[in-house]
Amino acid sequence: MGLFRMPSLGADMEAGTLVEWLVKPGDTVRRGQVVAVVETQKGAIEVECFEEGAVEELLLAPGQKVPVETPMARIRAPGEAPTPAAAAAPPPLAEPVAAPTEAPTVPKPTAPPPPPSLAAGAGPKVSPAARRRALELGVPLDRIHGTGPDGAITVADVEAAARGAAAEAPTPAPAPAGPASPTAEPARAAPRRGFDPAEMRKAIAAAMSRSKREIPHYYLASTVEMARPLAYLETVNRDRPPPERLLPAVLLLKATALALREVPELNGFWVEGGFRPGPGIHLGWAISLRGGGLVAPAIHDVDKRPLSELMAALRDLVQRARTGGLRSSELADATLTITSLGERGAEAVLPVIYPPQVAMVGFGAIVTRPWVDDEGGLVARPVVQVSLAADHRASDGHLGSRLLAAIDDHLQRPESP
Amino acid sequence: MNHAELERAVAEVLGGIAPEADLAGVKPGEDLREALDLDSMDFLNLVIGLHERLGIDIPEADYPKLFSKDGLLAYLAARTGG
Repeated sequence: MGLFRMPSLGADMEAGTLVEWLVKPGDTVRRGQVVAVVETQKGAIEVECFEEGAVEELLLAPGQKVPVETPMARIRAPGEAPTPAAAAAPPPLAEPVAAPTEAPTVPKPTAPPPPPSLAAGAGPKVSPAARRRALELGVPLDRIHGTGPDGAITVADVEAAARGAAAEAPTPAPAPAGPASPTAEPARAAPRRGFDPAEMRKAIAAAMSRSKREIPHYYLASTVEMARPLAYLETVNRDRPPPERLLPAVLLLKATALALREVPELNGFWVEGGFRPGPGIHLGWAISLRGGGLVAPAIHDVDKRPLSELMAALRDLVQRARTGGLRSSELADATLTITSLGERGAEAVLPVIYPPQVAMVGFGAIVTRPWVDDEGGLVARPVVQVSLAADHRASDGHLGSRLLAAIDDHLQRPESP
Repeated sequence: MNHAELERAVAEVLGGIAPEADLAGVKPGEDLREALDLDSMDFLNLVIGLHERLGIDIPEADYPKLFSKDGLLAYLAARTGG
């Protein structure tokens, strides 16, 4: 019998609120399947299951807030006998923070109504604004007819569906198990799918304070010439339609991953007084959110994937970071984080390491600056400042310098990564 | 497509990228990226959205023509034959 627990999604997470179950008792689950949506300080996260088997019992109801590690469900392993009903009352596993689930007669004012379908990629295309409006109005997305491009659901479609539902269905069956009518108190009842900037600020404050309190940072920086990598992108992109074009960011990402193969001592975690290497090269990518805040979800196995695939992953990740729909593994797995300030950002950044990682790589904006070429001539060239913040408990500057040199080296060979 | 239709198309594509972006509030010569806080990923998504919505190719070399609102609308008008 396995227990599915509230995951820890980063050093700064203490508790999470169950928004929705995506499975029910009796369902078969496999490793990596998204089984629940949990609200954290970083917004709503799709939580994956790491057990294999059948869902025996759900131990939490939507709306309950519990500490990290609290059991959320019991999963029966394949081949294991079902727990007899009599034995199904185990000793209390942990006392949830909120009211217990066992009293269906007790009104649960804080429990949100079952939200519209949340599974990313499963349903029709929906703009973030439309998604938000659907949540406000309590209209399930799968009941809305989209009139946008490719049948995408627009805000107008959501509002039309809400009006239609109100007119046509005097007693709308407000989705199973929803005690409150979705239309009764839309503003209060709707779960937050996005994030609360104040809560996210607290999460960032906690993680960054811990970083500066515990990690003796050292910093290194180099200037890397970008003429060759940018020329490569120009050539590649010329023949590609917009959806397949690459951004400089993807070259920075890949070069960092390949450099980490050569300097694996900077890819991993500082735990219990020692360095633990990362299980792969899973790079966190810092994404600033509209309305404030920051999240750095991971792209897995960056060193092994081609540029086109990484670009698609990056676009998808940025989209999901901003609309809600990041997965638990993306928040928990990063072995090193990158911050790239982008074309309108500052020229250089001295990063603050995200604990328990032991290093962070920063890229400033790509800017045109004077450069001395191989013949000693002064020329104007695009350059980028690459910086490293590393944990001095885990490594020294000599090693850090090797990482920056390796990043430069790989950036100069974008076609043969 | 006339100017108003094109502007509506741009606004709708932007709505999916930066929901709070107010295209109508951008001055004609202003840099859209500055005015609406679009990074290079957002800008690429804008190009992709317009490519899919209007069925036109937008080569990367033309991007600088799209940075201002009036430049963008003039470019789209020329490309869509409007």
